[in-house]
Amino acid sequence: MQYEAVIGLEVHVQIKTNSKMFTRVAAGYGQPENTLTDPVVLALPGVLPVMNKAAIDAIIKAGLLLGCEIAPVCKWDRKNYFYPDSPKNYQISQYDQPICIGGSVEIELPGSARNVMGEHKKIPLTRIHLEEDVGKLNHGAVDSLVDYNRAGTPLMEIVSDPAIQSAEEAFAYLTSLRASMIYGGISDCDMEKGQLRCDANISIRPVGATTLGTKVELKNLNSISYVRDGIAHEIKRQIAVVQSGGTIVQETRDYDGITGTSQSLRSKEMAHDYRYFPDPDLMPVEVDEEWKSRIAAECPELPFPKQERFFKQYGLPYTLTSVLVWDRALADYFEAAAAAAGSDKAQAVGNWIVNDLLRELGAAKLTVAESKVTPAALAELVKLIDAGTVLNNAAKEIFVEMFATGDSAAAIADRKGLKAAPTDTGELEQWCRDAIAANAKSADEFRAGKESAINGLKGPVMKASRGKANPKLVDETLRRLLAEG
Amino acid sequence: MSALHFQTIAELADALAAGTTTSVELTQAVIDRTRAVEDQVKAFNSYDADDALAQARASDARRAAGRALGPLDGIPIGMKDVLAVKDQPLTASSKMLANFVSPYDAHVTEQLRKVGAVIWGRLNLDEFAMGSSTENSAVHTTRNPYDLERVPGGSSGGSAAAVAAGEAIATLGSDTGGSIRQPAALCNVVGLKPTYGLVSRYGLIAFASSLDQVGPFTRTVEDAAIVLQAIAGHDERDSTSFKTDIPDYRAALQEKKGPWRIGIPKEYFGEGLDPEVAAAVQKAIDYYKSIGCEIKEVSLPHTEYGVAVYYIIATAECSSNLARYDGVRYGHRSPDAKDISEVYFKSRAEGFGPEVKRRIVLGTYVLSSGYYDAYYLRAQKVRTLIRNDFLKAYEEVDAILTPTSPTPAFKRGAKADPLAMYLCDVYTIGVNLAGLPGISVPCGFTEGGLPIGLQLIGQPFKEADLLAVANAYDSAHNWGKQTPKL
Repeated sequence: MQYEAVIGLEVHVQIKTNSKMFTRVAAGYGQPENTLTDPVVLALPGVLPVMNKAAIDAIIKAGLLLGCEIAPVCKWDRKNYFYPDSPKNYQISQYDQPICIGGSVEIELPGSARNVMGEHKKIPLTRIHLEEDVGKLNHGAVDSLVDYNRAGTPLMEIVSDPAIQSAEEAFAYLTSLRASMIYGGISDCDMEKGQLRCDANISIRPVGATTLGTKVELKNLNSISYVRDGIAHEIKRQIAVVQSGGTIVQETRDYDGITGTSQSLRSKEMAHDYRYFPDPDLMPVEVDEEWKSRIAAECPELPFPKQERFFKQYGLPYTLTSVLVWDRALADYFEAAAAAAGSDKAQAVGNWIVNDLLRELGAAKLTVAESKVTPAALAELVKLIDAGTVLNNAAKEIFVEMFATGDSAAAIADRKGLKAAPTDTGELEQWCRDAIAANAKSADEFRAGKESAINGLKGPVMKASRGKANPKLVDETLRRLLAEG
Repeated sequence: MSALHFQTIAELADALAAGTTTSVELTQAVIDRTRAVEDQVKAFNSYDADDALAQARASDARRAAGRALGPLDGIPIGMKDVLAVKDQPLTASSKMLANFVSPYDAHVTEQLRKVGAVIWGRLNLDEFAMGSSTENSAVHTTRNPYDLERVPGGSSGGSAAAVAAGEAIATLGSDTGGSIRQPAALCNVVGLKPTYGLVSRYGLIAFASSLDQVGPFTRTVEDAAIVLQAIAGHDERDSTSFKTDIPDYRAALQEKKGPWRIGIPKEYFGEGLDPEVAAAVQKAIDYYKSIGCEIKEVSLPHTEYGVAVYYIIATAECSSNLARYDGVRYGHRSPDAKDISEVYFKSRAEGFGPEVKRRIVLGTYVLSSGYYDAYYLRAQKVRTLIRNDFLKAYEEVDAILTPTSPTPAFKRGAKADPLAMYLCDVYTIGVNLAGLPGISVPCGFTEGGLPIGLQLIGQPFKEADLLAVANAYDSAHNWGKQTPKL
């Protein structure tokens, strides 16, 4: 029997705010233990929560970016459970009235080849709600210590429908979702810092079945690759269980990305009764049209719509767009440089960014924003090449120098003597005549209609000019002389 | 003129302004009085005389420099031991917090400091404000200053007894189901529970968040107006704090002269009401009639559900609010605990008293999966009906008058049955469920010399009107200026 997987993802994304969700103390990462705390974070007797409006702005933005309905009224509930990472022993969350309802995440599946765009799909979302993060436990040999720096950080939970069908789709879903959140400035989504965390609900069923199988929750998927590998492993495990005559038990399993194995954490019988009830310390949140439109005005274009536009507006090939659009800063850099260079040179600009700029940035471990080569400077270089003022090989050298010094292409070309030869010297014509005379075979072939034969004449001219001749002019001059006979 | 420690805020403010006394002299008198009678009354969990005197000296210095801050500057005000005072103990009369010292001030503490009050002493209560007699305190049971064999009421029994016994000029308490008004009635003092949202709960140890409200104990309604003036008003640290203009409450006592339409809810005068209490309250009704008020019978038909609804909502909220007391970060931690489960189970088993445990268990039950709709959700719906009863009555009347407590102070140990104890609040609970302001005003004594209180219930955020109605009776009778024989 053939089986298919049904997967739903619960993704927690920390919202990038200055302060915590319900108090003014700073939110942050990498600080000494328990320094990002105050009486509210530590749940001292008598303290009360107060909502962080910036976090609500951010989740509205997330909802708008993903096409969710923004609830006109949402409320806060307490999720009650005892665990030392939760200072109040309840978490303020949203139970039955989340702020964002529905929506979807657009994904692209792998194409048939690297330079071919894959199939696009929309994975529907159930909801997005806002809650507070918990602290971190550090387990020692004899005791466990708790660090509340993370506790109370604004946290979104993005819940997909059980509509993901493979580990590859899950991977694509997370990649797209992560890019959207980064694009929106909502989160940095650094999984190493726990800014994006993912749990997967996985079940299998015979292909064609309409009912859902028993689901297993997979936790601790600490990187996007672990999500893919963990899900693939769990699907295989479930199929093996069923095929050997067993049944799937509803449980929570812990995936170990290093060993590629999973083990049971708890079964359904041990599931918590969270005793949700509306938090009496907080008022419901009403989001009106004015609030929504203010946030909508801040929403950026997401990668996939941007990619469509890059095809149409600049005529870029898939391979360039698939690099440029996933990093908002890079895409913005491209558009600025293309605008400065002229849209007929957009593809050349794109090639320089994808091939040269990214290589240098990678080697120097810098971001686009830190590049000393401004979009305008790159555009100038492309224009110089186009005009024949600098040659491609020289341009490569010039770019490396631009990246290192931040100087303009023209200045570097002058300084290093890398400009193509002037256009009107008698020398060029003489070199061309010499080349035709010395390479009669190529000249004859060209005259006979073999277009590529002209290259056999250009080489000697360039050599004679020690690489400085303007190739455009060389081409024109050779053609003129050959036509003359 | 009575002894300094038995005077009213209004009187003392005049004396301080006139220079006939000083805050140090007054505070010393209160300290001396406390030392003299505290063995009998046991109103305090702790007090810090040096700290109070230092505040008093600062007050006197301010006044000498011509920068006195108003009628509360230099007046010693005691705090129920659920209100945070920076660097002072904050115990909720629980073993759980026996060694806890607050690192911060409650909003009301800050407000009192702003007007120069001398923050004085930590007052006893039923553990975590759960009870009606202070017998649930893990520290000791406070005695009624009018009969030391009897309870002062609760949960703010220490706050009521301290004012009655001259151990403070005024105190703050908290009222979740009657915890200010009932002990006020039993101890012959004025006790005001403001409208929910008028006074910030920031720094008040939560019992039931949707019901808790901080309010004053004083000897007169005028004094209650003075203290309310200091503590009322919006605080952004409490999301349930209401943005509303705060009128001059003391001025309103003179400006608002009535006559008022006063509603008498028949459901509050039925079975269980002590005849002597009924008679004293009737005399108060007669007085209002004599000054031209219209007395109207009104109906609050859902009254009978009040206690049941209260013990679902209050326990549900407390089961969650008290989850933070787990021995992990602060508070009692069982020395025998060997793992995290034992830290929770043993610390909480040892740290909480029986009534607190009873309510946590009850509240956990009513919120449990499968029971939520039948209990918590339904209780919230009935709560709305109870509020609507009051709002409907206010279409016809300006204020509602009832007894505060069905009986005068009872003897210690007399109400061992929790349900009998819960019924002490039968007349006060509806006010909390409806979020309304309510005040208990002394209205005489039984033949045996036990105080009786009458309750006046006002409209939301109309404390100025409620205080004016209450003052019309109080300023004509001044029962609260009588003092117990200790």
